[in-house]
Amino acid sequence: MTKLTVSTSPHIHSDFTTRKIMSMVIAALAPAGIVGIYFLGIRALLVIIACIAASVLSEYLWQKIMKQKSTVGDLSAVLTGLLIAYNLPPTIPLHMAICGCVFAIIVVKQFYGGIGCNIVNPALAARAMMLISWPVAMTTWTLNGISGATPLSGMKAGMISDMPSCWNLLVGNMGGCIGETCGVLLILGGAYLVWENVISWRIPVVYIFTAAILSGIFNHGGDAHFMYEIFTGGLLLGAIYMATDYTTSPMTAKGQYIYAFGCGLLTALIRTWGGYPEGVSFSILIMNVAVPLIDKYTEPRILGAPKSNFFKRMGAK
Amino acid sequence: MNLPTFLGGVHPPEGKALTENKPIENLFPNEPEEFIYPLSQHLGAPCAAIVKKGDRVLVGQKIADSEAFVSAPIFSGVSGVVKEIAPRMTIPGSLDPCIVIENDGKYEKAPSLFEELGRNPSPDQYVKFVRAAGIVGMGGATFPTHVKLSPPKDRAIKWIIINGAECEPFLNCDNRLMIEEPDEILKGLEYVLQIFPQAQGVIALENNKPEAIKILTERNANSRIKIMPHKVKYPQGAEKMLIWSVTGQEIPQVPALPADVGCIIFNTRTIWQIYQAIAHGSPVTERIITVSGDAVNNPKNLRVPLGISVKDLIVECDGFIEDPVKVIAGGPMMGLAMRSLDVPVVKGTSGILALSKKLAYLSEESACIRCGKCIEACPIHLEPTKLDHLVRLRDYESFEAHGGMNCIECGSCAYSCPASRHLTQSYKAGKAAINAKRQQAAKAAKEAAAKLEAEKKVEQKVEVKN
Repeated sequence: MTKLTVSTSPHIHSDFTTRKIMSMVIAALAPAGIVGIYFLGIRALLVIIACIAASVLSEYLWQKIMKQKSTVGDLSAVLTGLLIAYNLPPTIPLHMAICGCVFAIIVVKQFYGGIGCNIVNPALAARAMMLISWPVAMTTWTLNGISGATPLSGMKAGMISDMPSCWNLLVGNMGGCIGETCGVLLILGGAYLVWENVISWRIPVVYIFTAAILSGIFNHGGDAHFMYEIFTGGLLLGAIYMATDYTTSPMTAKGQYIYAFGCGLLTALIRTWGGYPEGVSFSILIMNVAVPLIDKYTEPRILGAPKSNFFKRMGAK
Repeated sequence: MNLPTFLGGVHPPEGKALTENKPIENLFPNEPEEFIYPLSQHLGAPCAAIVKKGDRVLVGQKIADSEAFVSAPIFSGVSGVVKEIAPRMTIPGSLDPCIVIENDGKYEKAPSLFEELGRNPSPDQYVKFVRAAGIVGMGGATFPTHVKLSPPKDRAIKWIIINGAECEPFLNCDNRLMIEEPDEILKGLEYVLQIFPQAQGVIALENNKPEAIKILTERNANSRIKIMPHKVKYPQGAEKMLIWSVTGQEIPQVPALPADVGCIIFNTRTIWQIYQAIAHGSPVTERIITVSGDAVNNPKNLRVPLGISVKDLIVECDGFIEDPVKVIAGGPMMGLAMRSLDVPVVKGTSGILALSKKLAYLSEESACIRCGKCIEACPIHLEPTKLDHLVRLRDYESFEAHGGMNCIECGSCAYSCPASRHLTQSYKAGKAAINAKRQQAAKAAKEAAAKLEAEKKVEQKVEVKN
């Protein structure tokens, strides 16, 4: 008989692995990207390929140089590259896209210790960096050969008559980043992830409704339908796929409610009164930084521990 | 239907189908072979042998005992001659002192406990019988049962809960026992209810045992006993989970015990043994074991004498389909991986599982991605990933401050971790380190007190001299 393995319990394991989670998220994102390519042109595909290649390659080379074990196989770099591409306009020069990916993987992820250790979402940090570095290239939108404002900036400027029709809004036939326009497929992908228990419904639902309702209260869109608030800009992509990034979101249910509400509030504030039309990236980045604090104050009550109220616990620490 | 359950937990693949419809078969070998009885088969003080080399012993004859309160005597499961008292390999893989008996295949019975303790015991004598019969928690925890039956006087016992949840995958020994011998279990519970006249009896099982639920409900005529099906979720059979879902009470944090919330919990087999001890004066000499797993040719539920070699069990089940990667004593979530099959079955062995490469958990660790699956899974509502981090930093004080000592080592967190972190292993290490520290501190305090005492005496002597 062969040698028996001796180790501590448990001796069986669920088939959920990091790699499986990442591939499920990629699968959930894929349909929206395909529709993005359909409406925005083949150049969008080029950007997606360049971003994924740059992300994977920079992770691989960095770990090679630093003599670390390669984690390319967990597919998290692929996901980061995909999310960066989804957050870029299809007309972006490729060298800028590649710069963003290298920044995301090396500065935001690897400098902090690699997967699981980054304090902000790498894809969003890259987008923010690029928005500041190349503001023009990052906000030039062309649809069917005509460049114009995104619906969100149009809303801000009060150009309601230029808004896409409701149908175009749902399927994503409007100006915007590669992956953020097709709202219906983004929602379906999110539903799949919730169904498969990859993410919880808490962050996307609380985030989206907080942002929409507060924007309405702040009278951001004027007479525009509140559906425009949800289906334009990066709200769906951000709330479903980026705010839910495990590493940079709270781990407990209570923490997730607080975090999602914070994201929604900031998004509405920035959209209404901020200098940029787009509030999602900055809101999520700011809330990412607050996660350690949220985690600290939302520790679950251990079974059998006395029920203490929130203020008492704040005082105790 | 809204069945009672608890918050947290996981749904591992059940694997029960392999043996759930297989009646219990007897395996009492007649060929001469060694039967081995470790002197420590329970939590608490180990026993000392009361037989010596060359003695002839009978089935049910006491071969080892201890004066300590938290301990339980050990009985021979076969008749034969004591071959030696020497260290032998046991299930945890260590060499422990054992009594080795050469089986003569006759299974001659020793006189019952009634000879010594008298027939028809009254309820106030039951605890004495339980102690004399060597009954311990037969689900695997092996805590001496008479200790549980003697709660502190100020604790009013309101619930006697029989744990038939059998939430560990693959195991069916409790399930089969409830199906085949329901009357013994009900009567055993009635005996215990006689000790605690204020208590309500509950038999708690998971809803995946419809046959057992049906048969127990049919046979139960006692209004003080309730059969209570639960939702199927691991670890429903853990003490804290069961008390919570049955009574709605939370046991306060460690070191609180079930008796602190008026509960006593017994495993199905334990209550069966209590019946045997009180009704027939029989001690613990045999048990039922599920031999299963995807590497076993013909999985079975076997009734075997204690002390039998694990190898005999595997042979009885027609050996392995393929070489197993792991052989486990107990269930796959909390059982012990064995390094050899030449070890004896003891009181707490509920299952022997042989797992193939496909099932056995061997994946490599990767970095925590903070997904929170462990927090969702933890039935005690700890934050496993944080505790794991603290143990790796050897920051045991913070580990304790964040409730690490409350961990019940059920394995739900490690089971669900996508990064395959060895979480349960971490807490075991953390808890062991803290317990060692506590023992050291207690010892140091004792020594310091003794030293102070000695110094005082010297001073007094000096004073007297002066």
